Formats: sequence, C-alpha cells, structure tokens
Amino acid sequence: MMLYLRLFWEFFKTGLFAVGGGMATLPFLYSMSDATGWFSHAQLADMIAVSESTPGPIGVNMATYVGFSTAGIPGAVVATLGLITPSVIIILIIARVLAAFRQNKVVDAAFYGLRPCSVGLIAAAGLLVVKIALFDVDLYKQTGVLMNLFQCKAIALAAVLIVLTRYVKPLKKLHPVFFILGSAAVGALFSF
Amino acid sequence: MNLFALFIAFARVGVMTFGGGYAMIPILEREIVDKHGWASSEELMDYYAVGQCTPGVIAVNTATFIGQKCAGTVGGVVATLGVVFPSLVIICVIAGILTNFADIPAVKSAFAGIRVCVCVLIFNAVVKLWKSAVPDKGALCLCLGVFVLSVFLDISPVVYVVVCAAAGILLTRLGVRGK
Repeated sequence: MMLYLRLFWEFFKTGLFAVGGGMATLPFLYSMSDATGWFSHAQLADMIAVSESTPGPIGVNMATYVGFSTAGIPGAVVATLGLITPSVIIILIIARVLAAFRQNKVVDAAFYGLRPCSVGLIAAAGLLVVKIALFDVDLYKQTGVLMNLFQCKAIALAAVLIVLTRYVKPLKKLHPVFFILGSAAVGALFSF
Repeated sequence: MNLFALFIAFARVGVMTFGGGYAMIPILEREIVDKHGWASSEELMDYYAVGQCTPGVIAVNTATFIGQKCAGTVGGVVATLGVVFPSLVIICVIAGILTNFADIPAVKSAFAGIRVCVCVLIFNAVVKLWKSAVPDKGALCLCLGVFVLSVFLDISPVVYVVVCAAAGILLTRLGVRGK
C-alpha cells in the first residue's frame, strides 16, 4: 500500500511541475530514479525508447511503464493517475474561468495573439521531426559527404505522402491513421 | 452529451497519436473537429496554447479542456481517462511480454516510416490552421517570430505563450488588428 501511495505522490509531483509536454517529464524521472531506486538510468533509456515507439502521449507512456515495472498493473494505473491528476484539476479550473471570460474583449485579444503562437510552435515541433525523419545530420557530420545528409527513402516517402494527402481528391478525406499504418508498413518493408 | 462516446472518441485519439502532443493535432482535427464537431479549429488552438504553459502532458491538458467544454467536469475527467486508456493497456502488454520491443529491427524501421508520415500530417495541419489562426499582418509576424525563435533558441514555450498573449492585447489596443 505504501508503495502505491509513494508512486502516486512521485508522479503527482511530476505532473504538477513538468511544464511543456511529455519530454519535460524526463528530468523528473531521472531524479526519481536517483531518489527511489525503482529503476536504473539504463532502464529509463529503454522506457523512453518504448514510449516513443508506441501510440499515446509520451509522458503518459513513461508513467505507465515506470509504474508497471515497479508494481505491476496496479502500479501502472496508480502512476498514470498520479501524473494526470494535477493537470486535470488545473485545466478544469482554467476552463471554468475561461468560459466565464470568453466574451471579454481582453481575453479575446489575448487569444488573437495566442493562435499564431500555437501554429508557430507546432510548425517548429514539426521541423524537429523533419530533421530526425528525413535527414541524418550525425552521419553527415562524421563523413562530410553531402549525400549522407539526406535519407533518400524517407524523403521519397514524404513526397509521395504529400501528393496523396493534398492533391489526390479521394484520398484527401481518408483518415490520417491509414497513412500512418501505410507508412509503418513501407518503413518495415524497405527497412528505413 | 454521451459520456461513453466521449471516452471512445478520446481513446481513439490516444491510440492513433504517435510521438508526442503535437502529433495529436492532425488526429484531433479529424476526430473532434471534423467528425464530432465538439470544438472548432480555433478552440483547438486556444487549448493547445494554454496546454503549453500549464503543467502536465499537453495531450492530457487538451483532452481535459475539450471534455470539460462538452460535458462539464465529469466530461473533462472522462475524456482524459479515454486518452490515457490505450497507453495503459499497450504499455502493460509490451512491458510485460516484449521487454526488448524497441530494439526489434522491424519495429525501428516501422517507426522511422511513421515519423515521415507524422512530418507530412503536421505540415498539412499547419497549413490548415494557418488559414484560421493568421488572419492579418500582426498575427503573421507573431507566428513567424515564434517559429524562427523556437527553431534557433532553446526557450520554454511558456515564454512565447505569455509574450504572444500580451502582444495580442497590445495589437488590438493599437488598432493594428485586422490590417
């Protein structure tokens, strides 16, 4: 019982202080590893790899993984609930306040500035994925050969996907998950 | 509002999100905006901006927001539980059975393929959101400014969100908005 309470508390703290998405939980997980000894740094590296290679928000995946490896399925549930409890409470309060002030001119003006900010942040995050998915900066730095910078198979797939999702009428309305599954198959077949 | 439908919709979002909060945007657009009409693209942007600067996982914050809007406090809780449910099941299975899951070559290749797709989906989402979020020159400057700075500098998104909210108020006061 103590272990479950401790798990909940540790992840509650993480959920409360990690601002800016799943990867922001990382420093907290490292210090949790040092403080509790529930898992080693090497195990944490495995957990990050699995969290990134499975569906779902990365922060939630990590909490579930750590909870499971520490105390089985109940541990997974407890850790995940601990992680999400602070944000649920905070967002519920903000949502209520926001609903009350939605018609307020100042709030409206603030959101006029926030929307382009969101788009800019999403675009920058997308560029980060582009860098990992379509280019191989490390290999280029090692070899100095310009051709090594480009992951040709990946770039070809991206070009095909852009044409399919943007310019082919019957496919444009297709659910994104079909493109995701198709890309997974292509990646596995052509060993990206 | 049917709470069960809310749970299922967000469980679908959870299962189809690969690689973090921003990868969720194209899926949310499809499931929540297009299919159910529970929120507009603009509201999604608002929630996303607020979710960036409040603690916690962005996907969870966005789910709580939309759930709350649809069905009050209970809705917020149900939507959040929905979005984390697939992770709980999938991670428990993988952690219990496939301890070396992430090292399997086919898994690595498949995820390299998925990452390519996520790039394209995010690009499409940005193009779509651009139309509603960037109506004038002031918004254009903010959007490009945030994009360029966050590519080159390592500043917390909280800073951009706070500055842009203030800029939005200032631009509106100065009467620059809409020009």
